[in-house]
Amino acid sequence: MSVKLVNISKIFKGQEDVQKQVKAVDNVNLEIKEGEMVTFLGPSGCGKTTTLRIISGFEAPSAGEVWISGKMVNNIPPNKRDTSMVFQSYAIFPHLSVAQNIGFGLELKGWKTKDIKVEVKKIMAIMDFSELYSRRPDQLSGGQQQRVALARAIINKPSVLLFDEPLSNLDAKLRIQMRIEIRRIQKTFGITSIYVTHDQEEAMTVSDRIVVMNDGKIMQVATPFNIYSYPANDFVADFIGRVNFISTKIKEINEKGCVVDFGSGQKEIQLRYGDFKTGDNVTLIVRPESIKMTYCKEDKIYPMKGKVDKVVYLGPTIEYEIEVDGIDRKINAVIYNPIEAGFFHEGDLVNIDFNPVAAHILPAKE
Amino acid sequence: MTKIFKNWIKKSRQEIELIARDPVLLLFILAIFSSLIIFIVYPLGKVIAASVFSKGQFSFNILKDVISNWYFRQGFYNSILMGVLTSLIGTGIGFLFAFTLARTDIPLKKVFHLIAIVPIISPPFIGAMAIIMLFGNNGLITSSLLGIRNFRIYGFRGLLLAQVITFFPVAYITLRGVLESISPTLEDAAFDLGGSRWKVFKKVTLPLAIPGIASAILVLFVETLADFGNPLILAGSKFPILSVQAYLQITGMYDLPRGAALALILLVPSISVYFLQKYWVARKKYVTVTGKPTASSLKVVSPAMKWVLFGLCVFLTAIILLIYITILWGAFAKVWGFDNSLTMKHFQYVFSVGFKAVTDTLLIAVTSTPIAGILGMVIAFLVVRKKFPGKSIMEFTSMLSFAVPGTVIGIGYILAFNRPPLVLTGTFIILILNFIFRYIPVGIQSGVAILRQVDPSIEEAAIDLGADSQYTFKRITLPLMIPAFFSGLIYSFVRAMTAISAAIFLVSAKWNLMTVQIMSQVESGRLGAASAFSVILVGIILVAILIIRAILTLFYGSFKGTMLKI
Repeated sequence: MSVKLVNISKIFKGQEDVQKQVKAVDNVNLEIKEGEMVTFLGPSGCGKTTTLRIISGFEAPSAGEVWISGKMVNNIPPNKRDTSMVFQSYAIFPHLSVAQNIGFGLELKGWKTKDIKVEVKKIMAIMDFSELYSRRPDQLSGGQQQRVALARAIINKPSVLLFDEPLSNLDAKLRIQMRIEIRRIQKTFGITSIYVTHDQEEAMTVSDRIVVMNDGKIMQVATPFNIYSYPANDFVADFIGRVNFISTKIKEINEKGCVVDFGSGQKEIQLRYGDFKTGDNVTLIVRPESIKMTYCKEDKIYPMKGKVDKVVYLGPTIEYEIEVDGIDRKINAVIYNPIEAGFFHEGDLVNIDFNPVAAHILPAKE
Repeated sequence: MTKIFKNWIKKSRQEIELIARDPVLLLFILAIFSSLIIFIVYPLGKVIAASVFSKGQFSFNILKDVISNWYFRQGFYNSILMGVLTSLIGTGIGFLFAFTLARTDIPLKKVFHLIAIVPIISPPFIGAMAIIMLFGNNGLITSSLLGIRNFRIYGFRGLLLAQVITFFPVAYITLRGVLESISPTLEDAAFDLGGSRWKVFKKVTLPLAIPGIASAILVLFVETLADFGNPLILAGSKFPILSVQAYLQITGMYDLPRGAALALILLVPSISVYFLQKYWVARKKYVTVTGKPTASSLKVVSPAMKWVLFGLCVFLTAIILLIYITILWGAFAKVWGFDNSLTMKHFQYVFSVGFKAVTDTLLIAVTSTPIAGILGMVIAFLVVRKKFPGKSIMEFTSMLSFAVPGTVIGIGYILAFNRPPLVLTGTFIILILNFIFRYIPVGIQSGVAILRQVDPSIEEAAIDLGADSQYTFKRITLPLMIPAFFSGLIYSFVRAMTAISAAIFLVSAKWNLMTVQIMSQVESGRLGAASAFSVILVGIILVAILIIRAILTLFYGSFKGTMLKI
């Protein structure tokens, strides 16, 4: 494997009061494979950037080991580590030209000026921004600075490429464009990469695997699909996308999964993680876009009947909040393409249903 | 309390261990500390010691003696009075000037700005000289134009006029920055909410500027209190001023202890007000956070008011111009006040008799300025980017010489360096050292300011790409500090060329300065020669500034730094 973190912890001491301590990173274990792109995702202050800085060598871990390419690198200073970082602020050297910025790492390795020139031109061609070769940093737009920072990091052919929230200073449209670009370039060069972000969509687009962090701890490590569809716990379920938590009880466990109550009816759902037995209180996880709504007749009985409480029209989608007797939290539903799917109105009575494939079971919340 | 102390010890020990790994850095820190102690703390200690020890015995007799003396007490009151009035009037004028230039769209803004900053790059006593030439016994206005003989310009009135003209530009510079940092959006918002122009000014603009105004008042107070050139020329014997009294005690009466005691009395108010400004008022600044910078809609002033303010600016710049024209004319006039026809004889005099002072001044300024600049950058770098015990003491000590009146420093230097182990009085070295340690704070301030703006991740990026800390400093940090270095350089050069208050104690027959020459020419009534010296002095400064700027644009074509905004 390319990067391995073993029991990494980082404790920050208070400035005035040494007794005051903050555990920024709490016993993190992780293995990242050669050529893989892994994202640290979490709310601000979850320890994702600190973990990245520990890998780059800018922070020393309070405990634990950092391994890069099979070598323990705890005692290797950042300038000797085979990592390159793309900084949140890009950190373009303002007094050097674009070419000088990109070639900086090669200059340090003692390359000849004309070889540096060739290599810089090559990488700029691959990344498709050759026209900026002799520009100065103050003549660059945000997106262009981003490319320079990326090229400067990649040209060294590091074992590990580190991204510290690289898109947070760009506007929304450019962000979408650049995250696809970053993924393309990472795949082209096949460099093992670690990417820090608090933007879920960004994490979904760029990653092979996502590491969700909270309070310095790893909450879940999985592919984007598994993180979204089968969250390991309430935090991940709630943090990634929107979700309906429906409290219920396991009726029966069989080889396919389990049978749970759903309103007056029942659902058979596959069990993925955890130890469950018959009679356990559990939480049923269903994403709003998996909720199906149908009109109800006043006098008939349906498995789960509710009343539309709020309607929010967004254009491509329409969002409903539905009040259901016996459930504290309102059920959220998102219907795509409402012009074809049709509209419900406030006060409408609806039946709520979902496909068991799209549901997931977690232990009940305490 | 003990816990805090223990923690401090623990932290310091860790920091020392960290630095000890980098012996070059450690050596630097120790060298800087010892020179700050020898050339700033020690002379000040000597001033205090000289005024509280008589014949090797600790006693307050000298201080008591000085305080009980009616004439010295008067000097103290006068100095404080002059400081208070100059700072209030100067800040008021400076504010009006700054407000007009920052908030209205009057014509000739650039011209007003340039003329307002000319006094800052001139010797501080040019105002006083011109006032004598205009309003003195043989003054152009009083005597030649109005025919008034025996008009008394010496004393309170004349000095106040000179001080306000000399120091209002300092308030202007400060307040212009303050006003420009207040987003016009706030004023627009207040308008939008229905405030009248006057209400908006009173309730929004003024309150936001108050910390800046307070700061300007205190800075002007300290500078006026410390000023020496204007009072020496204009105060006269009936309106004694403390800094001049201290100087006269030493050079006239050869009474070092009394001079030191007066210096100490001068030191107390200036240093307390300086630190009040730096550590209290300066921290009260409002930071207005806005999403995007917006251009001013320039509607805060009514059209009528705009032209009133314009008239005021015209009037002020006319006075400044009058002063410089007077000096220029004086340099070419045969006998000022009697025969104002043109002649070159004053310049011939300067180039024959007084030329040594010109070359001495240049040599001293050119030697001390780069050293002060580099030292300032190194200290700024250490203070912002490195951790070591005593860091705040280093910053404090190096800024100290800014707060101390030049007269006090000058007296401290004679007391400290006229006997072994360091005998320096009368030498080239003492002048150089004095200038270096007096003007490093400027370099430090601009260096610190620019380093705080440089995102540490720029240095981290270099390290991340494989550079070690020396290479990073050389290739990244230092080039980024160049603009600050040069603007510090210009400032210290200007100050070294125009310094008088400390230097007047340190000059000798072998090493003399133009400013001191100008003073003695004025004292002996040779206003023509004094003017010629002044013209040459200002000329040299302007040429030097142009050269430094040319170098900067040559090497840093696209650089958009804060190229000495004074």
